[in-house]
Amino acid sequence: MGIGTEEGRKKHQARSGWLLSLPALVLLLVGASGPLVIVAVYSFLKPGEYSGVQWIFSLEAWFKVLLEKDIFDGTISLADAHLAIFWRSAKLSLLTTAVTLVLGLPTAWFIATRPARSRALWLFLITIPFWTNLLIRTFAIMEVIRNEGILNTALLALGLIETPIQILYSGTAVLIGMTYVYLPLMVLPLFAAIDRFDFRLIEAGYDLYASRWQVLRRVILPIIRPGIVAGSILVFVPSLGAYVTPRVLGGGKNMMIGNFIELQFGQGRNWPLGASLSMVLLLIVVVALLIYVRTAPQEDRHD
Amino acid sequence: MGETFAVEARDAVKVYGTGVNAITALDHVSVTVSRGEFFTLLGPSGCGKTTLLRCIAGFETPTSGAILLSGQDITEEPPYRRPVNTVFQSYALFPHLTVARNIGFGLEMMGKPKAEIAETVARMLALVRLEEFAARLPQQLSGGQQQRVALARALAPKPQVLLLDEPLSALDLKLRKEMQGELKRLQLETGITFVFVTHDQEEALTMSDRIGVMRAGKLQQVGTPRDIYDRPANRYVADFIGETNFLTGVVEGGAVRLGSGDLVRAALGGQTGTVTLAVRPEQIRVVATNAPGAIPARITGKVYFGTDTHYHFALVDGTEVVARLQSRAQGEDDLPKGVEVGLQFEDSSVQVLGP
Ligand SMILES: Nc1ncnc2c1ncn2[C@@H]1O[C@H](COP(=O)(O)OP(=O)(O)OP(=O)(O)O)[C@@H](O)[C@H]1O
Ligand SMILES: [Mg+2]
Repeated sequence: MGIGTEEGRKKHQARSGWLLSLPALVLLLVGASGPLVIVAVYSFLKPGEYSGVQWIFSLEAWFKVLLEKDIFDGTISLADAHLAIFWRSAKLSLLTTAVTLVLGLPTAWFIATRPARSRALWLFLITIPFWTNLLIRTFAIMEVIRNEGILNTALLALGLIETPIQILYSGTAVLIGMTYVYLPLMVLPLFAAIDRFDFRLIEAGYDLYASRWQVLRRVILPIIRPGIVAGSILVFVPSLGAYVTPRVLGGGKNMMIGNFIELQFGQGRNWPLGASLSMVLLLIVVVALLIYVRTAPQEDRHD
Repeated sequence: MGETFAVEARDAVKVYGTGVNAITALDHVSVTVSRGEFFTLLGPSGCGKTTLLRCIAGFETPTSGAILLSGQDITEEPPYRRPVNTVFQSYALFPHLTVARNIGFGLEMMGKPKAEIAETVARMLALVRLEEFAARLPQQLSGGQQQRVALARALAPKPQVLLLDEPLSALDLKLRKEMQGELKRLQLETGITFVFVTHDQEEALTMSDRIGVMRAGKLQQVGTPRDIYDRPANRYVADFIGETNFLTGVVEGGAVRLGSGDLVRAALGGQTGTVTLAVRPEQIRVVATNAPGAIPARITGKVYFGTDTHYHFALVDGTEVVARLQSRAQGEDDLPKGVEVGLQFEDSSVQVLGP
């Protein structure tokens, strides 16, 4: 009786709850998982003659990601070129993460220690690049570092150099560009972490015989670690797939995964390979996120 | 030259800011604290107690003057090179370290061997009775427990001097009383010099060997709790420590004639003209109007405080006087409002403070 109706009501509530969340679920399925499923399916098909795919099951694309078959004698070897691209991308992403961290930490610290009013202004300045198109920002960087650009002109005028330094179309140029583009993503979570940091702990550290370096390493860094991890993930993940910046500033000489994937869908006319490469990229990102999730719970207890 | 003090401030001045915004937080403060002493800095908010403590800890450098530790000038030494530890008002425990690691932090930074650290930490945990909490994080502890961790952390490196900035102010009354006893016990057990800051006069009186009363950056009086209470150096100290009746009068022979016309005997020490007399409420006796030397007064009100009752009187010229009488069994000695009585001041209790 009473219990029965109670249960019935609960069931009804559960059902209507389901119905209410249905639009969101559909959107999630179609919007997020849908394209992913398509990419996953394409990676198991044969490439079409000019573009697109043929609906024939094939593991060729996955095979090609890491291995290659010699067309003459049929021996199988590691696809060095592909591995080099993955390695180059990973290296660039790690470097970008490291450089943005080294630059972002003092920047975030500076902002967090400003008075409340000017802090908002500094944060706004940091986020300004977000409001500009990535391509335009990248060309702006190009304008700064090219041989006749602002940097070289200034250095020449100051007499510090005699011939312009060739930065553009080099690894350095790409790193500079990536650092510029992703720095805000590092600064914001770092700022959030430092903003919550209790500065009195620094005095407690000094009081207990810790030197400046020890206070940084033993007190500040462990406490703001969630911010460091979050910022690193936020920079590492998108920079791994970045293709506009490496293409424009690297001059297409050093291909990154992003460019390579784009190539497969374009001139390469190998959609399945592009799809399987995308899946590998996703896998790397998932592993990176798993590392983050692993470290996060321990940190959360401190807040 | 004689005794070397555990801590000494020599003519310490601290000015914050410059120009029109300058605030003199310490105004030529000179004070000495002996080895093993429980010394308390007492004063209202903003009088410079924390500033003096921070100058001793090394977080601030005095604008002029010197800070000495065991006779050595440490004015320019950074905090991490001073054998002085602080118990912060906010505790400032490291949130990412367990209780045991918090307590061992100072020793770890000093580069002590692991075995020694573990041994000291265990001893400190026992000292503050937190053995079973060693593996917890600070935020898993109550306020009182956190306070004890802060204390243990500051004591672990065996500092020459322990600085405590209102360490009990965040605790509720009962816990506070408990911790007062605990602090005193720890100080006696360790023999470490304590410099304690509070704005609670009762806390200062019950715990200290000596008290320094501060006001607006200046040290008003330094002395034992008895000195400060019974022989306040000035009206400010008398008013700040406990309740006091202030009576103005003119010196007449060996006594003082009050505005009400009554004559009060006091140890004048050569003072003449107009003076202020300070009389503690508990040093006033209520007697019959015709008793010898009784000052006539009328009861204008009373407030019951449990163990004692505060009676408010008006002298014949209207001057208000408060007396604190022990509450007796009900009905007995219960003086109603409006009754005329006589007041007697114990001679030795009347302090002459100048005009
Ligand atoms: N960093 C600072 N900058 C400017 N003025 C300061 C600074 N620190 C303290 N002051 C000022 O110096 C004076 C003394 O401050 P201090 O903190 O020593 O007072 P306190 O006696 O500890 O007070 P409380 O009981 O409220 O803690 C105050 O007027 C305060 O406003
Ligand atoms: Mg203070």
